Amino acid sequence: MARLLGGLLLVVLAVTLLPGDWPAVDSGLTQSAFAQGAAKTETATAGIAAPKLTPDDYPRIAGVNGRIVVWLVAQLHLWFAAFVLAVPIFVFIIEAIGMSTRDKRYDDMAYEFIKISIAAYSLTAILGGFLVFSLIIFYPHVIQYLGAIFKDTMFYYALLFFLESAALYLYYYGWQWLQGGFRKWVHLTLGLVLNAAGTMLMFLANGWLTFMMSPAGIDPGGIFTGDVWTALHNHLWNPINIHRMVANVAYGGSIVGAYAAFKFLAATRAEERAHYDWMGYTANFIAISALLPLPFAGYYLAAEIYAYSQQMGITLMGGIFAWLFIIQAVLIGTLFLSANYYLWCGMARSEGAARYNRYIKYLAFVIVAAFLVWFTPHTLVLTNEELKALGGPYHKYLGPLGIMPAKNTAVNVMILFTALSFLIYRRANRIAMVGWAKAGNAVQVALFSAGIANIFFLGIYHGYFTNTVYKVASSIPQVITTLVVIAASIVIDAMMYRGAKEVAPLRWGRVPERAQYALFLLAVAFTWLMGLMGYIRSGIRQHWHVVGVFRDNSPDAFTPTLGYAANVVSVGTIIFMAMVIFVFWLSQVSAVKTTPAGFWKEQAS
Amino acid sequence: MRNFAAVLLFSLVTIGFFTWFSNFGIPQVDPAPPPKEEKLDLGAMTMEQFTALGERVYKGKGTCTLCHSALGGRAPLLQEAGAISKERLADERYKGEAEDMAGYLYESMVKPSAFVVEGFGKAGSSDTVSPMPDVSGGSVGLSDAEMKSVVAYLQKLGGYEITVEIPKDAVPETEEEATSRAPFKTAEAAIAEFACGACHKVAGEEGEVGPDLRKIGRLRDRSYLRRSILDPNAEISKGFEKDQMPADYGEQMYAKELEMIVEYLAALK
Repeated sequence: MARLLGGLLLVVLAVTLLPGDWPAVDSGLTQSAFAQGAAKTETATAGIAAPKLTPDDYPRIAGVNGRIVVWLVAQLHLWFAAFVLAVPIFVFIIEAIGMSTRDKRYDDMAYEFIKISIAAYSLTAILGGFLVFSLIIFYPHVIQYLGAIFKDTMFYYALLFFLESAALYLYYYGWQWLQGGFRKWVHLTLGLVLNAAGTMLMFLANGWLTFMMSPAGIDPGGIFTGDVWTALHNHLWNPINIHRMVANVAYGGSIVGAYAAFKFLAATRAEERAHYDWMGYTANFIAISALLPLPFAGYYLAAEIYAYSQQMGITLMGGIFAWLFIIQAVLIGTLFLSANYYLWCGMARSEGAARYNRYIKYLAFVIVAAFLVWFTPHTLVLTNEELKALGGPYHKYLGPLGIMPAKNTAVNVMILFTALSFLIYRRANRIAMVGWAKAGNAVQVALFSAGIANIFFLGIYHGYFTNTVYKVASSIPQVITTLVVIAASIVIDAMMYRGAKEVAPLRWGRVPERAQYALFLLAVAFTWLMGLMGYIRSGIRQHWHVVGVFRDNSPDAFTPTLGYAANVVSVGTIIFMAMVIFVFWLSQVSAVKTTPAGFWKEQAS
Repeated sequence: MRNFAAVLLFSLVTIGFFTWFSNFGIPQVDPAPPPKEEKLDLGAMTMEQFTALGERVYKGKGTCTLCHSALGGRAPLLQEAGAISKERLADERYKGEAEDMAGYLYESMVKPSAFVVEGFGKAGSSDTVSPMPDVSGGSVGLSDAEMKSVVAYLQKLGGYEITVEIPKDAVPETEEEATSRAPFKTAEAAIAEFACGACHKVAGEEGEVGPDLRKIGRLRDRSYLRRSILDPNAEISKGFEKDQMPADYGEQMYAKELEMIVEYLAALK
């Protein structure tokens, strides 16, 4: 219901407030501020100029920091939105798998997934409304400027809310009603509509924020003269769309995994444990599947940021934000290690896995080594004594590991070995029966060996034997190598293990409890990482609302330090986790029935 | 309930670790505050002040050193830009309209693709398109006067006669990089802060990576010392290696601090 109200609120806002005649907020906005600006916000053809604001043009509320409020609320909205956009994607896929295999377990699990997210929808809408109000209160001229450019999309955004909500409610409440035959097809179609509406919503919102980073349709005088499509289809729109789409799926998987882990720990019956173990495994599988291409989507986004503005790219990777990527390395290392650890623990489900246990230590060693390379900073921060002892600002041997080609090599190796972990897990309790099994294994070993050799060659050649501008040129062929090796190995594996013999049964539920903590770690690290990357995405605009066009002159226009940002992200993560626990509890409490003895008339008599 | 408490504790410890690492595991660099708007009275400016303005713009608001520096290696170094401009104007790949050094330098800022130095073009453009933005617009947004001041600075940097004129007919609104710290009051304080003693023997410190500076005033004059701080690789003393000293002290120090350190070193005899 809150989602419908949220949609209604946005429609009202879009229709009545956002066009140019929006009543001015009494904030002491000077005449000159809008001399060329808001007065011209009527039509795109006349041009829309950004106002020049003064600190007094930003309304204040005593004791409240507007920027932190907007920051936290936007981040909370984004976390929930990512979750509720992602869950229907894999619910749709799992439902389709259940439909095609006629295995009801898939259908039940898909239903349980969507049940978890249903309460989160309301919270997403409430936080979206809170965000709109926060922006109107603290940054009225910014939202007025963006509203003047994007009013059409904001209107359709609000309408899409209705479509998405209707599709969601029908999809969820009609799950048991629309079962079997044609009805199931109708239900699956509803899932498709739900996903299409959700994705379009995200793309529209992405257009607004990427316009602030890479504005399009701006003339040399800083006036917006383009149309709404030009503004939406700006340079960073698609890179962000792709990155968010992939990240959302990985994130959704990790949150559902945490839910399953909690239920597993709380389960008292063996069947319950088996069910939630399977659910946790599936969620982790979804998270890993999306986690593997995620660094590539990130590199694509960073490359496009460079292509749009070298200055912005350097600020991002080599300037004041450079150290943030060391924190990011710790977080991504945590994600990969916890996802792999969960897989290795999962090998306890079958006695057949014992054959592969001896390889785990090597996998762990390589993944940790790759993480440490990624973690190595280029420039060290040292005291005088340390600098003297080291003989310079760079370490003689570790310094070369601090540059991007070394890190690109490390992350590709980490991804390949994670894929290898998964392949080993898949075959843990089975033996291939096809005649060419030996040859298939040899091809897989050759593929991995050649792929790793190529990744190292590209990284070393481009990183240390070419000009600086070509240093990152190795990243694309490295990515292609990794993807080809993974795709080819999975195809060979799938064919090789068709009709394979089971060595020992896979016993769902027989997994150590510590494996569940790996799932929690995955969810917490992912949430925190998203918050951190949200800070940098927004932070690289520095003192601009819209880069190069609309300057931020508020008292909070400064770029905060990483520690300050981390504290805000941590507070946000704790609030988010508390809200998620509430959502999980809601999904549980709805199934609990209490019969009060002697309370109702009928019982009393 | 026990599980809930354990999970809660585990999550809080994880968040606590990330927070701790971000606050204490990495250096806390205070980003420069946003550039401050101020009015410049160009009419009352001497050429020396105008050139100094150019240096500030070059190292600050213009963000030129992000790419035009030995560390980044993403764009050509500009110390010799004045001398090379003659060759560029005569090069058949040159697509601009400039006729002299000052015109070429100015044009490079507003039409960077007029001539792209080999190896510094956008990927796939065969060095016909420069990755550098037009600095008169976008987020850099230099005014005409600011760009001319940069030309004056670059001419001075190369040791050439400054041919660009200070614009007199307009008093443009300009911006200057604001600074976040107060300047050091003594050369000793500046030397301690910039950690010169980590590598050099100076001011009571016993660094061994760089040359001994305890009697440097006997051997070198002020201009040599100044250049050694601003461009450490310009000349390397025998027995020492290149690229050991940070090349960005010119960006970190105020002009006054630089001069204080130069005077201090020149007096060490």
